[in-house]
Amino acid sequence: MQINLTDEQKIMQKLVRDFAEKEVAPGAAERDEKEEFSREIADAMGEMGFAGICFPEKYGGAEADVLSYILAVEELSRADSGVGITLSATVSLCGWPIYSFGTEEQKQKYLVPLAEGAKLGAFGLTEPNAGTDAAGQQTIAEFKDDHYLLNGSKIFITNAGEAEIYVVFAMTDRSKGVKGISAFIVEKGMPGFSFGKKEHKMGIHSSITNELIFQDVKVPKGNLLGKEGEGFKIAMATLDGGRIGVAAQALGIAQAALDYAVKYSKERVQFGKPIAANQAIAFMLADMATKIDAARLLVYRAACLKDLGLPYAKEAAMAKMFASDIAMEVTSDAVQIFGGYGYSREYPVERLMRDAKITQIYEGTNQVQRMVISGSILR
Amino acid sequence: MEIVVCVKQVPDTTEVKIDSVTNTLIRQGVPSIVNPFDKHALEAALQLKEKHGGKVTVVTMGPSQAKDALKECVAIGADEAILVSDRAFGGADTLATSYTLACAIKKLGKVDMIICGKQAIDGDTAQVGPEMAEHLDMAQVTCVSKIEVEGNQVKVEREHEEGYEVVETQIPVLLTVIKSINEPRFPTIKGTMKANKKEIPTWTADDMEVDPGQLGLKGSPTQVRRIFTPPQRVQGEIIKSDTAREAAAILAGKLLTAKIV
Repeated sequence: MQINLTDEQKIMQKLVRDFAEKEVAPGAAERDEKEEFSREIADAMGEMGFAGICFPEKYGGAEADVLSYILAVEELSRADSGVGITLSATVSLCGWPIYSFGTEEQKQKYLVPLAEGAKLGAFGLTEPNAGTDAAGQQTIAEFKDDHYLLNGSKIFITNAGEAEIYVVFAMTDRSKGVKGISAFIVEKGMPGFSFGKKEHKMGIHSSITNELIFQDVKVPKGNLLGKEGEGFKIAMATLDGGRIGVAAQALGIAQAALDYAVKYSKERVQFGKPIAANQAIAFMLADMATKIDAARLLVYRAACLKDLGLPYAKEAAMAKMFASDIAMEVTSDAVQIFGGYGYSREYPVERLMRDAKITQIYEGTNQVQRMVISGSILR
Repeated sequence: MEIVVCVKQVPDTTEVKIDSVTNTLIRQGVPSIVNPFDKHALEAALQLKEKHGGKVTVVTMGPSQAKDALKECVAIGADEAILVSDRAFGGADTLATSYTLACAIKKLGKVDMIICGKQAIDGDTAQVGPEMAEHLDMAQVTCVSKIEVEGNQVKVEREHEEGYEVVETQIPVLLTVIKSINEPRFPTIKGTMKANKKEIPTWTADDMEVDPGQLGLKGSPTQVRRIFTPPQRVQGEIIKSDTAREAAAILAGKLLTAKIV
């Protein structure tokens, strides 16, 4: 078993880390405080080629592997996890389904600008009454002449409003249940397509979350992604991959919390010695580090399986579930180690704790992950 | 424009440790980076290329590991990179280094501009750039903070403590740049992939027209007697007082007590 990163992966990791440390980390606290999305950073990541890491050169990518992309999400999330998910939503949730299910024409038109970083992407599946139960879609798409008429709304959509390209799910045939769902590529600026209220969230403040509203939006029939009725399949396959991105985000958050906790516990002096000299603290750090490493192995394995073209749905679910659960634990422990200061906004660990929570919820709650995993082993 | 950028791979630390027996730098365990000043030189070259077209070639002299520095430069945007490396170049001082680099640049053929960082952060001599210009019999301007090119005319701002001079000169010219000239860009993902696949040629003494007597240790009139870390300066004492008269009195008292006056 090979557990070392390749030279290429190490270089990618360093490249993203340098960028994250110099360009992303310095403004992280301020963006959190102001609940501010930075288009500047998103564009800079685009120019650097982050969104194209794992796509072929002919679609504007760098033709590196999925693991390199996952390393990028991890490194960005270490600095600011809102920025990490901005990339992950574009690549895993928008670029990937177009790459996997799109026609050549759709790839040229939509994947190329995403991979080249000229545009941002988003994914619209969740609705007020269709969260985990995605089959309860209320958004409908009626076929008329040469287009589909899209009506309905989506909530909690990452990158909404900022993204130029959206992969959106809607019912084309309600009588068929999940087999009546279809996927569409919708462009920002299409008449009738607007954005609702900005969501005020517990964490990941530097990521923008918004509502999508469709009122008689004419979507050309050429923008149907895959075939009619394939929407549910496309959504589930997309989320399988997206989960590795969320897992990498959780991993980055946890790593950041450990880094801060290690540094603080060596500097903070109580009873005449650094608090790290107490086993109560040192053992907490040991547990945190071990959990993070275990999560990292799961996350990298899921990415490697995807690179090898092997099934990865179960492993991605395990990685997402475990990495997000330990991110919650580790960030909470980091706050504990910081004591009163940890609870203060003057220090970064409370932000990490707020940011960690969402990773247990989105792209499939951790209860859904357990459904996926148990379903797979009980088959 | 044919632009050559000379870079140096240096240890990534401001506190370089020195082996007191051999008087050389301890490089083990210290990650290597492209000399920060040289990244500004590369950025200046890339900006000129974007404006006027042409090609940017990066040259370094060093051991085979220095290829990593060249690859980073290619990832950032350089078109070509050449490693100048040979045992015969070992132990070179700035004169022998500049001579060797000048020989390599001669081999490249037509060059319009050579851009170097003002100095390397390890040796801090700021000599290799200017000496190269002498070997190549080329005009030079040091400490440049702005470059404008129109046809063959080159107008630069040369910074010093009191402000800056505007210097006009002609191609071909060698410039050494300071950090305020620009903000170096990051390497891109695609550039990194390209750099990874790129074959970087190594030129040895046999590949160039050289006078062996001017290479390496033999060609180095500077001999390093000893390298040492200077003792840390003890921090002075600042006498704070409301009036100068009072402060002077306290100072006089201290000097008297210490039997200095």
